[in-house]
Amino acid sequence: MNNEKKNRLAVRIAGVELKNPVMTASGTFGSGAEYSEFVDLNKLGGITTKGVANVPWQGNPVPRVAEVYGGMLNAIGLQNPGIDVFCKRDIPFLQQFDTVKMINVCGHTTEEYVAVVERLAEEPVDLLEINISCPNVKEGGIAFGTDPKAVEAITRAVKEKAKQPVIMKLSPNVADIGEMARAAEAGGADGISLINTLTGMKIDINRRSFVLANKTGGMSGPAVKPIAVRMVWQAAQAVKLPIIGMGGIATAEDALEFILAGATAVSVGTANFINPTATLEIVRGLEEYLDKYSISDINELIGAVR
Amino acid sequence: MKIKETAVIVSQKQISEGIYDLVLKTPTIASQAVPGQFVNVFTPDKSKLLPRPISLCGIDAEEGTLRLVYRAGGEGTKILAGMQPGETLELLGPLGNGFPLEEAAGKRVYLIGGGIGVPPLLQTAKALKDKAEVISVMGYRSDCFLREDFEAVSEMLIATEDGSTGTKGNVMDAIAADGRVPEVIFACGPAPMLRALKAYALERNIPCWLSMEERMACGIGACLACVCKTTEVDAHSQVHNTRVCKDGPVFPAQEIEI
Repeated sequence: MNNEKKNRLAVRIAGVELKNPVMTASGTFGSGAEYSEFVDLNKLGGITTKGVANVPWQGNPVPRVAEVYGGMLNAIGLQNPGIDVFCKRDIPFLQQFDTVKMINVCGHTTEEYVAVVERLAEEPVDLLEINISCPNVKEGGIAFGTDPKAVEAITRAVKEKAKQPVIMKLSPNVADIGEMARAAEAGGADGISLINTLTGMKIDINRRSFVLANKTGGMSGPAVKPIAVRMVWQAAQAVKLPIIGMGGIATAEDALEFILAGATAVSVGTANFINPTATLEIVRGLEEYLDKYSISDINELIGAVR
Repeated sequence: MKIKETAVIVSQKQISEGIYDLVLKTPTIASQAVPGQFVNVFTPDKSKLLPRPISLCGIDAEEGTLRLVYRAGGEGTKILAGMQPGETLELLGPLGNGFPLEEAAGKRVYLIGGGIGVPPLLQTAKALKDKAEVISVMGYRSDCFLREDFEAVSEMLIATEDGSTGTKGNVMDAIAADGRVPEVIFACGPAPMLRALKAYALERNIPCWLSMEERMACGIGACLACVCKTTEVDAHSQVHNTRVCKDGPVFPAQEIEI
């Protein structure tokens, strides 16, 4: 690290320092191996891995993705290799890099989430992101994320066993995001991340059928950004917890909107598919913004717009 | 090594109904590409986010060009079809694994294509023409696009649905009418064709590789959108799914479910 000059981009989430606020969004970046051909992972603030469960998950049938205007729908259904292979293969890969490792955890039941969290207790990972907001699985996922009592209960259950700080990933498919943020805070969360995808649908008018095998899918991409910024702002007004903001971020300007709305860090998701080096370009753009306005510490910007 | 490169359109022409023949100057990608791989083509319209995965019909490493023959079916490819020489496109590639050419060396190899699965087999035929006995078996609705190109580098059997050229019917009918039997099969085309070929090859114990297609997002194996069912548990996914974009698009027929 640069000791002579303070790192203007460094931020802290639940006591974990990130060299810059730019992370990857779960499910869009695997465990980093594929994108490491394009991106020096050491330059990222953090990597959020694809959701991992206690056992391998097959995921949904294909087609799993569809393009929509300014965005996309996905219904991957949390296909994952299970925590055993993840610990043997993905964590050692990530360990080669000087970046914060946030492991996204999924499950059908409280017991399944807890099993993964316990398995990760002794692993060299920095943060746990608990996915209670996937719209594409029938049990678990979003079933936990749309009822404040359930959010609080799962947060508490995970916190009891977790050795790393716990970030609860919230769903935008709720009437009052502030209520969900408060529920996570009440359950003892160390932070929250939002938004997961918005439930959407696309119909093929020629075949007169659903485009996605799952019928519905989660919408992401630039078109959802204004909704995500609004929800991050509302969550920031509701709780004191650090927030990882995401939803349609493709440029440094997008990232700055989230930071000004109250996000301590941001995650880049769908934009990776459009531009594999989007994350690094956002880091550079944040530096340029600090230069332009002679700002010595990006933390001054967090939640600056009230 | 996959890279993102700005390609310049050298030429583009329509060669059949809805089928376009595009030549792109893209030296870095062209210098590394092999037959059976594909590139992700980004449209200039930012509302159409996702890249279009398009197979490589021709690779000229010396000229630094790629030839893409594609169907303008959706809105994104229709925009692509309207672009002119001199305009630029962002490309990501080369992607995927390609056909295992070494498996065909010294053998009678059938390159079997159907519809828009025909183009990637042209570069495969060129690459194999001095190394194997190449028989190209192509199935069309009616118009036999790329016919002269195939005939220049291989023997060609044609099937058309309307019977206007070659055998009336599909590629299986053309193979039966010819009477010879392949020693190796490389194929690309619609799922029913690949299903029939898989059964044909397994029955006769003929080594067979199939190029699969599925809706993609990232194109590099990260997002798990474009999976194809596998007969055994896949080493990467730990379930019965393999990634078409990264582990394929070409798979041994016996390893995948169609």
